[in-house]
Amino acid sequence: MEGLKVSDANLVVYIHPSKAGKVSQSILRELSTLLFKYNEIFDGVVLAYDVTIQNKNAKVLPGIYPCFGVKLKAKMLLFSPKPDMLLEGKVVKLGKESLHVIVLGFSSASIAEEDIREEFRYRIKHGEEVFASTSHKRHVIKVGSMIQFLVKSFDEEILHISGSLIPVNTGSTKWLHKNMEEGSMVDRKKKRKDDRSEMHEHSTELLDDVGFSLKNEGRPKKSKRQRHAEQS
Amino acid sequence: MGVELATERPGFYEMADIDVSDSELVYHVRDALKSVSQGDSDRYNQLIAVMHYTGRLAPDEVAMLVTSLKALSGSISYIDIIHHESLLSSIFGMSMWNYGPDVMDALVELIISLAASNGKFVDSCLDMLVRNFMPPKSYLDLLGHPRGLARKHEVLDRVHSALSHIADLVPLAPMRLTPIILQRMPHMFDKEALIVIYVESMLLLESSALGELVGSTMLMALVDRLIDLDVEISWDDIIHEDSGKGIFDMELEDVDDIIDHAEIDGFEHPRGTAGSQILGTNAVADKLDSLMVLICEHLKSCADGERLTKVFETLLQSFWVTVLNAYKSKFSQFVMFYACSLDPEHCGERFAVFLADIFVCRTHPALTRMSAVAYLASYLSRGKFLPLSLIASTLKRLVDWCLEYCHVQNGEEKTINLEAHRVFYSGCQAIMYVLCFRMRSMMDSHRLKSQLLHMPLEPIFCHQLDPLKVCLPSIVEEFLRQAKAAHLFTVSETFLFNNLLESDLSKAFGGMERLDMFFPFDPCLLKKCDRFIRPSFVYWSMVKTTYDDGEDCSSEEDINEYFDGNGKSYMESGITRSLDEHDLDLDEFEYQLNKMSITPRNSLKNGLIFKLENPFRMPARIRPSTSPESL
Repeated sequence: MEGLKVSDANLVVYIHPSKAGKVSQSILRELSTLLFKYNEIFDGVVLAYDVTIQNKNAKVLPGIYPCFGVKLKAKMLLFSPKPDMLLEGKVVKLGKESLHVIVLGFSSASIAEEDIREEFRYRIKHGEEVFASTSHKRHVIKVGSMIQFLVKSFDEEILHISGSLIPVNTGSTKWLHKNMEEGSMVDRKKKRKDDRSEMHEHSTELLDDVGFSLKNEGRPKKSKRQRHAEQS
Repeated sequence: MGVELATERPGFYEMADIDVSDSELVYHVRDALKSVSQGDSDRYNQLIAVMHYTGRLAPDEVAMLVTSLKALSGSISYIDIIHHESLLSSIFGMSMWNYGPDVMDALVELIISLAASNGKFVDSCLDMLVRNFMPPKSYLDLLGHPRGLARKHEVLDRVHSALSHIADLVPLAPMRLTPIILQRMPHMFDKEALIVIYVESMLLLESSALGELVGSTMLMALVDRLIDLDVEISWDDIIHEDSGKGIFDMELEDVDDIIDHAEIDGFEHPRGTAGSQILGTNAVADKLDSLMVLICEHLKSCADGERLTKVFETLLQSFWVTVLNAYKSKFSQFVMFYACSLDPEHCGERFAVFLADIFVCRTHPALTRMSAVAYLASYLSRGKFLPLSLIASTLKRLVDWCLEYCHVQNGEEKTINLEAHRVFYSGCQAIMYVLCFRMRSMMDSHRLKSQLLHMPLEPIFCHQLDPLKVCLPSIVEEFLRQAKAAHLFTVSETFLFNNLLESDLSKAFGGMERLDMFFPFDPCLLKKCDRFIRPSFVYWSMVKTTYDDGEDCSSEEDINEYFDGNGKSYMESGITRSLDEHDLDLDEFEYQLNKMSITPRNSLKNGLIFKLENPFRMPARIRPSTSPESL
């Protein structure tokens, strides 16, 4: 799945003197305020972080409250979907006019009727609402299916994605995966590497795959950012 | 903007054409929406007009509204936040209370679809639903009627299920819901009915699936609101004498009431029987009362659903942050009392340990520690459900702390700075207060008796810091009296038994806030929530003191019959039994209580404190064996 990246960050966290006895706890607490919010500086939604304290010495900031700044190195897992990326998500609601999907369990996505390609028709099969492909009998999308879709836009405030099922390489991931192996008409060149990474469910494996895809796509692994966070 | 539908134009759809298919309607609406950006707003305006149908709707108007809403649900992707702003504001301005179930369903469907389709609409959709927690102002009176109640259930069911649907589709919605709910909470000076119905929804949310995410915020906001209301009730509304004399008098019946209503059962009435009459006319007190009733009922349902432990943690946190440091909170703390009574083993103990921890911890500010120990003392004395072993162990903790404190003092000061030792004095006063209530019961138990006798009370009370001189005189006097009767101390001659009522030193340690006179769990004066508290509450009249041996066995007292019956059993079994076995007809009692609140004026003039000659004796009507001449 695209849209996930791991960034290295150099951070300085300022800690109030009353927390001097529990520095690690307050660092983690401060960093956890970043979670599941879009951060402009990192250009992504922070999903997870891994922190190492660089130096046991911290510089004291002069002022009314002599906060001391602890330097950290952190690995941040960021989610930053951009237009034309392919994402995976689980269908939670299906209607004639729209499809609603949840990505990574926290981001909602919706695909409007006009963004679903002609191939898919809304049907009611066995009392269940589905989008069934007219060209491939087995290709069916229903509530609970995992689908791969294209990103049209991303609302950073509410973390809502607007998606599209127009491109041919979108649809039910189960069917796409099967068809990949059978060597059918889907464009394989770009997809093969991503495909292997997409099929994994667990986020830890996902992380490895991200590294894998990062390496291959030549994306810069390191993005050093300087950030000053005031301890509130 | 809107076109009147009463004119020859039949409206948005051709009225004659009633079997227009759904998809055609959807296309129709989509066209209307699209044409706005092209400059043609006629059909769009008609659509908005439909949204503004008000009053009693004719069936065809209802049908129009329902079909329009459904068609809009099918055209979500065509709705643009800028071009269709007036349509959106009309939709979000609709109040579900004005419509029947069909329209409600269609509206809710539309709102859910809007929220799920585009991030920009989520906040407005949530806001619209939260606003529907409350009916329009004109509807408030109808709420009392069965029709209004039925409508209320219809609306709230749909609102809450819509919220949970949206949370399913947009996982981050609860995060955005919380600030909206807090923002929309009615002001405390709003109408009581409005506040009550909003709080009902807040509590519903707490127990719903969303409760995991928003529940604790709801509870904390509620406790904040309780304190806001509590603070507004001025102490003048409650008859309050500030000399501190006769603490234990305060709960005696008003004699005039007894003359008037001789067949009152033995429950002595809370100190403010006349006070509650005054409180009763206080609108703020009524609101507080209603909110506390709601919270108590909610706690009961949590206890039934086995969720109380988790909810209690939030309550405790809220108590710590809000109630403990509020200046002399009057009634809000009874929520904690009730929660503890529902689960004495866990919650009851947790509360006591929590308060004791605050008292002994040096890093807390002195006022907080003094407040905590005042709560603790009052709690341990008044909680009928508390096991004596817990009370004994907590007492031991307090005693140990006081003793440690005594040892640390170097004892060279000639004049004692009372304020510097205020935490110590409040601790001593707490010990004495608890023992006034519980000494007899502890002495009646073999194990606890030996524990009590082994407690190093003498070194503390005989210390140079002289807590007996400094603490509130009425408490000291009662304590010493009981201690003497129980032979608690070996050295009795050195104790000043004479009139301590003159001493006013307690004010010095109590400070400006008079924390020396803070007894937070004194009887609750709020009428409605009192019924939750009463069964688990220890009134002073129920307390058997150590000097009470062999009294009042006369049969003339039908009034206190049940009490004496138990009193007899006290002496027989020697073990404290709780006094709740009596069959009390609560309705009868409540009726009597209400009758009681019309107290004759002269009793008010004399104040509520009656017989200083015999401060610790019940009035003659109850105990004819000791009949003071004053009656």
